[in-house]
Amino acid sequence: MFSSRKIGLLLAASLAAACARASAAEPGHFGYGSVATPAQIAGWDIDARGEDGTGLPPGKGTVDRGADVYAEQCAACHGTFGEGESRFPKLVGGVGSLRDERPEPTVGSYWPFAPTLWDYINRAMPMPAPHTLSADDVYALTAYILSLNDLVPNEFVADRNSLPKVKMRNRDNFIWTDPRPDTAAAPCMNACVSAADVRIASTAEGRDLTPRTTGPLDTMQPK
Amino acid sequence: MGRRSFLGLGAALTGSLALGAQPATADPAQESPPADAPWSQSIGPGVVDRPYGRPADTEASVIRRNVPWLTAGTESSVSFSPLQELQGIITPNGLFFERHHAGWPSIDPAQHKLMIHGLVERPLLLTMKDILRFPQTTRVHFIECPANGGMNWRAAQMNSLQFSHGMVSCAEWTGVRLSTLLEEVGIKKEAKWAMVEGADGAHMNRSLPLDKCLDDCLVVYAQNGEALRPEQGYPLRLVVPGWEGNVNIKWLRRIKLGEKPWHTREETSKYTDLMPDGTSRGFTWLMDAKSVVTFPCPEKPLDKPGLYEIRGLAWTGNGKVRRVDVSTDGGVNWQAARLHEPILSKALTKFTLPWRWDGQPALVASRVVDETGYVQPTIAQLRAQRGSNSIYHNNSIQTWQVKPDGSVFNVQLA
Ligand code: HEC
Repeated sequence: MFSSRKIGLLLAASLAAACARASAAEPGHFGYGSVATPAQIAGWDIDARGEDGTGLPPGKGTVDRGADVYAEQCAACHGTFGEGESRFPKLVGGVGSLRDERPEPTVGSYWPFAPTLWDYINRAMPMPAPHTLSADDVYALTAYILSLNDLVPNEFVADRNSLPKVKMRNRDNFIWTDPRPDTAAAPCMNACVSAADVRIASTAEGRDLTPRTTGPLDTMQPK
Repeated sequence: MGRRSFLGLGAALTGSLALGAQPATADPAQESPPADAPWSQSIGPGVVDRPYGRPADTEASVIRRNVPWLTAGTESSVSFSPLQELQGIITPNGLFFERHHAGWPSIDPAQHKLMIHGLVERPLLLTMKDILRFPQTTRVHFIECPANGGMNWRAAQMNSLQFSHGMVSCAEWTGVRLSTLLEEVGIKKEAKWAMVEGADGAHMNRSLPLDKCLDDCLVVYAQNGEALRPEQGYPLRLVVPGWEGNVNIKWLRRIKLGEKPWHTREETSKYTDLMPDGTSRGFTWLMDAKSVVTFPCPEKPLDKPGLYEIRGLAWTGNGKVRRVDVSTDGGVNWQAARLHEPILSKALTKFTLPWRWDGQPALVASRVVDETGYVQPTIAQLRAQRGSNSIYHNNSIQTWQVKPDGSVFNVQLA
């Protein structure tokens, strides 16, 4: 018969073995799935990196060609000159507005990297049929939108070499390390402020902005 | 024959219309037990009448809602969870807030695959069947859109708990640790970042530091015990505990390891925080500690003076909630609320505090302190640091104004 102590030791030993196996997991330990072939990877690998354009494919496009594709596939929502129809995003403007009361961040005023524009149009636009444009057409659209923003001359040709070199206006104004926590407060419990100083600075009462929260979905549009 | 049995007989004779009819004069015998309501004197639908259950018809108002004027359409938009109706820390699957960038795709799980490649030893293509075989992990985590509360950055605008705080939800997630998948492909030494990408029309993608991927991220296929809902990423999504919603890529189809971040559109044009000096903060992933009183709130006013239980939710991307304080006088005095078990890391935590309302005007607010000692700030403290154009990461203290008639309004204090 095993003593309970012996059983305990045995259990501990087999647990330790199991843990060792799990933590030392070599690549392919489970062996599930199939190793992706270079051809498969090429089909899936659609990204281009913003800062240096790594991943941008071969191909090229002119501003003129971009204007044609844009008129056909983009203008209905973004406006002929990128001014944005109804609530669709503007693709131009807002330069110098970032410190204003009502800033307007756009490709021209806000985006730090030009290759990101290629990557985003390629993966997400045109909104009704994303990722259906040829690489050349995406280059052409990128060239056109950059030229609408006066970031490149009219004879600019976008390709994997030229895009990373486009100097975007807001490039150096991003801080990529999170400075938070940026507030500090001791959790005061009593007489934290004088009751006389408690003042309502703004209220949502009477503002015509809140959709109803009972009954069917609201379709409200404020005046 | 008593009046009660007479009515019963009448109902039996004249059918369901009479069942709903009220007696003309209130009969005390009718109003106190054992008076039976019609539903107690009839037989209801049987099992599998609703093979997949749904809430009572009278709960039809408890739904996700959107702000139609906020976005150009509903495909790249957001819906808000009805927090005012939720009593626990788990969000029912049908009420989990939604944020899509190109609508939700209808994916055939038999065709869905996850590719892991880039700076790895052994790039892999995994089917859903493959993914289900990996060792399982289940954890409860909140997901919050960093724009939650964004409409209140400038001023109190939305007179509603649902629309001011409803872009947070919490579920029990089941799947495989991302670290397990990354060990299976073998991480090359130079790899420092991962690019994660969805199979939706937006091909939504974000960069994540490898350390976070190896720390606590999950690749999940189940939510509250059942398959993910299509709106939540069916059949596969990433859960990045405590970090902003949009990095929790839904419909996950690709993970690529690299040396540097990608600076995608969703981490440059969007999801960056514009400061008053014109600079912007990028990669602000952490969801700082936040709490909100869910009763009373604009949707759930008070009735008459008397004893109430103030109720609310608190959460933090830093780990666990340590304490929640509640004030009913606009932050002059605070009292520690009771935290309810379970208090889980990076999950919603429930708090309550009994309160005798004397019918006077009141300003009700809650303030969370998390396990790192971080204290939820006021909106004035946030604005002093960030101005009011940063859209995202408004985790300020929420004040509800209670008027003598019991009605409740969203206000901000100076
Ligand atoms: C049906 C309307 C529609 C059409 C057509 C359309 N877009 Fe868009 N576009 C949108 C919407 C909506 C967004 C915002 C999406 C989001 O934020 O998730 C957007 C965003 C963009 C952005 C990012 C703007 C920013 O500052 O972040 C660019 C660039 C863009 N579209 C380019 C294009 C191009 C190029 C085309 C044509 C090939 C195109 N769009 C066609 C609706 C449309």
